[in-house]
Amino acid sequence: MLIEKDMRARAAALTGRLEDVRIPELFQVITPDGEVQQGIENRIDPALMVRMYEQMTRARAFDRKAVILQRQGRIGTYAPFEGQEAAQVGSALALKEGDWMFPTYRDHAAILTHGQTLENLFLYWMGRMEGCMCPAGKNILPPSVPIATQMLHAAGAAWANKIKGEGAISIAYFGDGATSEGDFHEALNFAGVYQLPVLFFCQNNGYAISVPFQRQSASRTIVQRAAAYDIPGIRVDGNDIFAVWLAVREAIERAQAGRGPTLIEAVTFRYGAHTTADDPKKYRDQEVLAKEWREQRDPIERLQKFLIKKELWTEEKEQVLMNKLTDEIEAAFAKVEALPKTRPVDMFDHVYADVPWHITEQRQEFLSLQDEEGGHV
Amino acid sequence: MNRKFTMIQAITEALDQKLADDPRVMLLGEDIGVNGGVFRATEGLLSKHGAERVVDTPLAESGIIGSAIGLSLNGMLPVAEIQFLSFIYPAFEQVVSHAARLRHRTRGQFTTPLVIRTPYGAGIRGPELHSESVETFFVHTPGLKVVVPATPYDAKGLLISAIEDPDPVLFLEPTRLYRAFKEEVPEEMYRVPIGKARIVEEGSDLSIFAWGSMMRTAQLAAKQIAQEKGWSCEIIDLRSLYPLDLDTIIASVKKTGRALIVHEAHKTAGLGAEITSLINDEALIYLKAPVKRITGYDVPVPFFTLEDSYMPTPARIRQGIIDTMQF
Ligand SMILES: Cc1ncc(C[n+]2csc(CCOP(=O)(O)OP(=O)(O)O)c2C)c(N)n1
Repeated sequence: MLIEKDMRARAAALTGRLEDVRIPELFQVITPDGEVQQGIENRIDPALMVRMYEQMTRARAFDRKAVILQRQGRIGTYAPFEGQEAAQVGSALALKEGDWMFPTYRDHAAILTHGQTLENLFLYWMGRMEGCMCPAGKNILPPSVPIATQMLHAAGAAWANKIKGEGAISIAYFGDGATSEGDFHEALNFAGVYQLPVLFFCQNNGYAISVPFQRQSASRTIVQRAAAYDIPGIRVDGNDIFAVWLAVREAIERAQAGRGPTLIEAVTFRYGAHTTADDPKKYRDQEVLAKEWREQRDPIERLQKFLIKKELWTEEKEQVLMNKLTDEIEAAFAKVEALPKTRPVDMFDHVYADVPWHITEQRQEFLSLQDEEGGHV
Repeated sequence: MNRKFTMIQAITEALDQKLADDPRVMLLGEDIGVNGGVFRATEGLLSKHGAERVVDTPLAESGIIGSAIGLSLNGMLPVAEIQFLSFIYPAFEQVVSHAARLRHRTRGQFTTPLVIRTPYGAGIRGPELHSESVETFFVHTPGLKVVVPATPYDAKGLLISAIEDPDPVLFLEPTRLYRAFKEEVPEEMYRVPIGKARIVEEGSDLSIFAWGSMMRTAQLAAKQIAQEKGWSCEIIDLRSLYPLDLDTIIASVKKTGRALIVHEAHKTAGLGAEITSLINDEALIYLKAPVKRITGYDVPVPFFTLEDSYMPTPARIRQGIIDTMQF
């Protein structure tokens, strides 16, 4: 298929190798035309199919709104994920409530799906620490900014899950670039040695900022690295939400049965910039690539075509959903924008459980320096 | 010829000239080639000097610094870029356990003449973990040199010195100053010596020691206080945090009898503590007031909505000056 051809051609152009290494197969359920390739769709409930579509659409609406807000200077630098909705939503919908999620700065669709609020997401990108919190009862960690570091936390939390025997699992999200860091290898190794119930979920979106995967690593795929640690690996079409969901479900079942971790490589693409501070035209043929992926492999359109064929979705439902989402997102942003400004003195809170003398002293000094309006000098 | 450069342009020129000047020089880091670095410090250098010398590496800081150590001990002069200071931690092991110690361990037989360039500090409204100022970790490590330019002129001259230095140098670039202002930067390959502070303004009542982006904040405060109270501050840009220019620091304190240190880093065990102690050792009897520190607070550098409150402001420095003068 298209992605595989691309991979081979690009790898060959860069390294002069061609067919000497077998590229693991890509698991796909629905083709870009919305046709079902394999007879597995009856493993997914029709109501869940609709939910998948709604969640992806919700995530995309949020993402687009955030990019606009950044351009208007109402939020800070933002990392968009458009194009990666199936990978994030599909994997998150496969989890249950108490499962532990360790996201990066690009996994807003996953955390939204797992129960993070729109308000907190906006707060985070508005530069407010409160945005790192998650609703009570949810185990969603703040986005990890240092690359690959959270993978070990996921392994550790999974270790505790195993010890406690409550059946919960951990999932760590990361990109293709992250697989070059030592922490990636250490996490796979620990998880393998202790047979931990953890899913390592890579969104291979082809680029780590400007560096294409073929320049990131000499291995053709990410999933082949699972072999080195003797853990199962599966490579899925990351723009096919059925494939993602099924792969993650299977990995969870394995983890819950005490059979350890899985490495999942979801092959996908980010349509836009790395962050709103980045210009993708500098390192890739942005127009051509984004258009190609959008037109031929878009995760939302693909599912929509399928749902329409199955008479699970209509134009009217689409309108209703769109209106609902616009209202929801507008309301969430209006709410956070109307919040009182962060109080600068709050920065002294939560550094330690018991406040040490020097922080108390600095806090006092800080307060004594406020101007007449209580502002900061 | 009048050539006005920003700090970024001055850095690019220093790298460009050293690449042309010495075939042993090579650059390596994340996104430094095709993309020209996230701040564009290496813009244009890949097309000019080729992919063997301006290398886009995998996303692996330990890999970058570890391999730079090997390159440097085997005859190359690598200049490694770490995208932001907070992302140096995966390479911390390589920096402190190896780069800093190899000369000492091998009694001078093997050395690691490499440069690590990295943006640091707050003030550009960056995302989480893009604003830290943890120079102390490195100043605390014997075997490393640590320098911080505060002007485009110094950036070029110090970087050339760093690349030519026989020891590993951590070259910290204050992000906030990258494009803050321009100044004249000579075309030739001049050098600003490592280990020498710069007297930015002469004064007689109080000495202010600062570096990086705090220089400009300190200057603002000093100007204000001069107008308000008529006090004259001597402002010294340390430039080199390790080794410190002890002579310049002590001579200034002996002259003014008062000292104020301004840094963006956290207060506890920040470099200000070391400077205070040096002044106590060398100039205690000249002091008319205790040495004062105005610093970032001992809290994690907050997200950008609060970075202005975290960093020393002209008002805080002004208050520090008044406290010291009226002690
Ligand atoms: C340890 C570390 N090094 C460098 C960076 C700067 N950085 C932020 S995102 C990024 C690229 C990450 O690429 P990838 O893992 O593929 O994830 P993607 O951004 O594509 O989702 C880099 C280099 C960082 N955040 N952490």
